[in-house]
Amino acid sequence: MKPLFSILAALLLSACSGAVLRGTGDLGVVIERASGSVAVVDSSARRILGRVEGLGDLSHASAVYSRDGRYAYVFGRDGGLTKVDILERRIARRIIQAGNSIGGAISQDGRLVAAQNYQPGGIKVFDAETLELLADIPATFGDGQQRAKVVGLADVPGNKFAYALFEAGEIWVADLSTPREPKVTKFRNIGNQPYDGLVTPDGRYYIAGLFGEDGLALVDLWKPEQGARKILANYGKGVEKLPVFKMPHLRGWAVAGGRAYLPAIGRHEVLVVDTATWQEVGRIPVKGQPVFVMARPDGRQVWVNFAFPDYSHVQVIDTLEQKVVQTLSPGKAVLHMEFTPRGENVWISARDDNRVAVYDTASFVKLAELPAQAPSGIFFTSRAARMGF
Amino acid sequence: MTRYSGCALAALFLLTPAVALTADPPPERMRDLVRMVRQDCGSCHGLTLKGGLGPPLLPETLLEKPAESLRYTVLLGRPGTPMPPWNAFMTEAEADWIVRQLIQGFPEETR
Repeated sequence: MKPLFSILAALLLSACSGAVLRGTGDLGVVIERASGSVAVVDSSARRILGRVEGLGDLSHASAVYSRDGRYAYVFGRDGGLTKVDILERRIARRIIQAGNSIGGAISQDGRLVAAQNYQPGGIKVFDAETLELLADIPATFGDGQQRAKVVGLADVPGNKFAYALFEAGEIWVADLSTPREPKVTKFRNIGNQPYDGLVTPDGRYYIAGLFGEDGLALVDLWKPEQGARKILANYGKGVEKLPVFKMPHLRGWAVAGGRAYLPAIGRHEVLVVDTATWQEVGRIPVKGQPVFVMARPDGRQVWVNFAFPDYSHVQVIDTLEQKVVQTLSPGKAVLHMEFTPRGENVWISARDDNRVAVYDTASFVKLAELPAQAPSGIFFTSRAARMGF
Repeated sequence: MTRYSGCALAALFLLTPAVALTADPPPERMRDLVRMVRQDCGSCHGLTLKGGLGPPLLPETLLEKPAESLRYTVLLGRPGTPMPPWNAFMTEAEADWIVRQLIQGFPEETR
């Protein structure tokens, strides 16, 4: 009787538990912009595990992760904020928080999720657990009636969020250590048309890229009283700009080996800056207008993709040689790249070929191709532990 | 963004026939243009054209704007804004077709 009982108990247990226990450290999501879904992927098996649908308009969607790496917060263009349980592959919560949104961030302590909005311009801060609204900070400027589009939102130490105001030319740092009573520090006249921003991996510097002029604006968050200053001013040296068919993106991945690799605006170049002095130390010619300039986690390589019409290529810069050493053609309309946590592979989305290609970053051999519906952003859970992601 | 001088603009006007071109592009090219507008213009104006960093391109938001000025915005861009010139990738007749579609309500992509 006893053996039979234990067999029955074991059967019952396995029937109830359903899925095998597993961690999320090698999981991620791929945004499928056309179908409003995300594919949940396993970067060890190089497999799509399943899909979660019903996330609304995901053109220009991005995601951040809860610090336990279980939930992806997906920010949709239509103002949707969806908390996706990537283990159970279902929507845990979903709200529509704005009319037109561009992305978001999660706080240092993981308790707050902030959305950056174009319409109405500003940021909104939510409880990461419940998505209850805790703070609404309109991006007002000028006479106080106008609202600017918010770009470049990044989490910074002290449960703060830094971001830039496109029309206003300002950088704001919102302190949410008391979430319902945010304190905002404003840096004015930082430059013309900031289009995106990044925080360095140590959380010290916030940098906003400028579209309306040559240069970037830098705030030392350790010495905010010094205000914002311009770096790489006049990098175009008065030379006519080439047309820019897609806005570049900035994130902390641009920093490697004491240098920051930044997209030039209207020039087919990657600008190289020394992060100790913030002086330009070089510029690397590339195939087109850079969009993402991403260092492999070890900093030995920097991968670059491009705006229309050069967007079917990806180039690899060797950071010791400071030049392009490889040009790949992963598919039509490469929109995003994401490294596996330690960088041995990179996943690349080719929107018009409806696939994600996986490459070995040492040999540049293509390891896998996964079908996906008009894939755009790829977000691995390793972002959960990185500042500015 | 100051590549297009007043002279170039004037030259373009001179080259433009007085009568608006109303011929539709061939079906395959039409599909490409729809995709280009939805996806590439969409990266700033939104896939649904409800706007993003760039303004919305929905019929109700374009009502007040003359088709002629929309055509030149598409072809030559708008200096001082992130709107680039698209004339390297389409003809004037194709720009006119795009503007007509935007005013009527832009078609969805057929996959």
